[in-house]
Amino acid sequence: MAHFTKATSVKDWLNQRLAVETVEKVMASEYWIPKNINFLWAMGMILAVTFGLLTISGIFLLMYYQPSVDTAFYSVNYTIMREVDFGWLWRHVHGVAASVVFLVIYIHMFTGIYYGSYKKGREMIWISGMLLFVTFSAEAFSGYMLPWGQMSYWAGMVITNIFSLGSLHFDGLVEWIRGDYVPAQAFLNRFFMLHVFLLPLAIMGLIGLHFAALRIPHVNNQDGEEIDFDAEAKKYLAGDTKNSKVMRFANDFLSKDLMVVGLFLIFFFYLVFWHYGFALDPVNFDPADGLKTPAHIYPEWYFLWSYEILRPFPVDIGLVAFGFAQVIFMLLPWLDRSENTVPASRRGKFAIWFWVMLVDMIVLTAMGKLPPEGIFSTIGLVAALLFIAMWIILPFITKNEKKV
Amino acid sequence: MKELKILAVVVFFTLLTYFLVEPYAHSQMHKHVDSEGFTYADLPALTKTGDKTRGQELIMSAGCAGCHSIEAAGMPAPMDGVMAAQSYGVNPPDLSNAGALYEAKFLSDLIKNPAHALKVEHKFDAASGKMHPMVPFYGMGGDIDQEVADMVAYLQSIAVKAEEVTPAMAFEEACGRCHAVGYENWTQLGTKPKFKHEKDSLAFDIKLLEYQDSLKAYMGKLPPDLSMYFRSRNEHYISTFIENPQNHLAGTAMPRVGVTADAAEKVIEYLADSADTKRHEREAIGMNVMIFSIIFAIFALLWKKQVWRDLH
Repeated sequence: MAHFTKATSVKDWLNQRLAVETVEKVMASEYWIPKNINFLWAMGMILAVTFGLLTISGIFLLMYYQPSVDTAFYSVNYTIMREVDFGWLWRHVHGVAASVVFLVIYIHMFTGIYYGSYKKGREMIWISGMLLFVTFSAEAFSGYMLPWGQMSYWAGMVITNIFSLGSLHFDGLVEWIRGDYVPAQAFLNRFFMLHVFLLPLAIMGLIGLHFAALRIPHVNNQDGEEIDFDAEAKKYLAGDTKNSKVMRFANDFLSKDLMVVGLFLIFFFYLVFWHYGFALDPVNFDPADGLKTPAHIYPEWYFLWSYEILRPFPVDIGLVAFGFAQVIFMLLPWLDRSENTVPASRRGKFAIWFWVMLVDMIVLTAMGKLPPEGIFSTIGLVAALLFIAMWIILPFITKNEKKV
Repeated sequence: MKELKILAVVVFFTLLTYFLVEPYAHSQMHKHVDSEGFTYADLPALTKTGDKTRGQELIMSAGCAGCHSIEAAGMPAPMDGVMAAQSYGVNPPDLSNAGALYEAKFLSDLIKNPAHALKVEHKFDAASGKMHPMVPFYGMGGDIDQEVADMVAYLQSIAVKAEEVTPAMAFEEACGRCHAVGYENWTQLGTKPKFKHEKDSLAFDIKLLEYQDSLKAYMGKLPPDLSMYFRSRNEHYISTFIENPQNHLAGTAMPRVGVTADAAEKVIEYLADSADTKRHEREAIGMNVMIFSIIFAIFALLWKKQVWRDLH
């Protein structure tokens, strides 16, 4: 057993039992971050803050929400929106944060792709991040079911239908997932459970993994410079903070994080109070009606690109393409054959690949929402084929990339 | 500087995506209907000036009160709402405030040719024997246009002043005999009272169900509860829908109700109170939160500058 002495202070008492000083060093003051990074490196903190906002607002909503097909819509739109003090505020914060969190995730993802932050020991950061993307998607989808409006019901119908896998007709699987022939009480209950318990639990675990994966390879930087973290840290601790290439996570980097978070919150609250329509779809303010299909069924904006990879093809081919789109990002560290861990701007063909991919995904996103008619369905088909082709050629264009 | 360039790139692609999936996609998905400002340009212009005293006599002798109540003139409804709906499909409106709620032009045409003014001629066509339940006024022997003008003048004289029309009054009289607004406790038979005994409450519900059965048979389906319509449809949609339902939904059984622009605004305000009850609170709190956020961001910026002074 360890030797304990009479504590001289509360801190000392805690230090003997929890090693709080060591923990503080490891997690904050001697967690070294490169200096040459820009505000895009603060997206992680923005995501953490937004996840915090989602959790807190979710807890308040959970106190009044009723997971019953008869009362869910009423509990959201009457009880929470009209009766509960500030219930409307929690709902708007929750709904807008759920949408904005995906915008930040996409910025975070494309930042990683642009600067090559998935290579040379950073593969686990990328994979855990992609797993977070998948769980966040499931979390967003399950949450979308809960108000039990028209879009909840019909999105639930369409998405669970995907599991019948086209011509394979796994209808039994679809019924098993729904717990019924159509989305009904059993369906609502299980998505409620997933949304408020299992998926948040998985997300928290994955966030832990994501952070842990960052420890050993350290944070990437905007010039792809290989930094000797030990030597630079020594320099910093010796007092040469100006010439050291690294800084402390707290308070050095944290102060910049907080600055970016501050600016982000102005944007976020503007949306919450004045511009929430994009996140709280009007169609979902009609109660679920299994006998009335909405004129246009579309997912939330952040799923549109993958929806558009499913939609322009015949059922079976569409499902294969959709499956491809879901897993292909995960394989990026191996499909990119180049050794260069530098910004895309210095990587020749890869730079073109990056910008074409970004624009293609925006085109897919737009076509995923527009009615699949005339020119829109043609553009959608071309964009979906381009997406697949781009991933197929990626290993070939990166294999012969010049070393920088 | 470099950071600002990066920010510009991020903002550009974010706004581009937003523009494509929101304003642009919605402009492609929904038909755009322009407002005509509730002028009812398709109806004949008014040429006569009415005399309210003659109008009152005409209304008495034309038999309007056989179906309509005129509470303001002390004339009660000849039968209760349930029975009226069984007879006519829907409970005929009380005419006390008709002069304030509906355009004079619309009332004039309605009196002479209900199905035409209401734009439900696809449903009611006298030639094929499908008469609109409201009997047209065929004239009392004089100049029919003068007679109608007199009747409208009378209705305007007994109605409340335009500025006295409240949102609830406008909605309940113009829309509330077909549409319920559950969140405002409004049913097609009026505000549901608080009953001391459950059996009285159930008796009310039974009467309501009977009323709704007649309404369903008359309209083809039960007109929707409008509690959340202010959020599920936008304001422009509701306004242009009220102005002329056929523009949005050709062939719908919903009649054009002929409200004035002012009355339509009141109806929309009522719907906003139901579906977006806390909108005023939202604005006020939003301003405070913005002020807080800006101050927070300024302090965060200053803190960053202080911490980074030693790093460069």
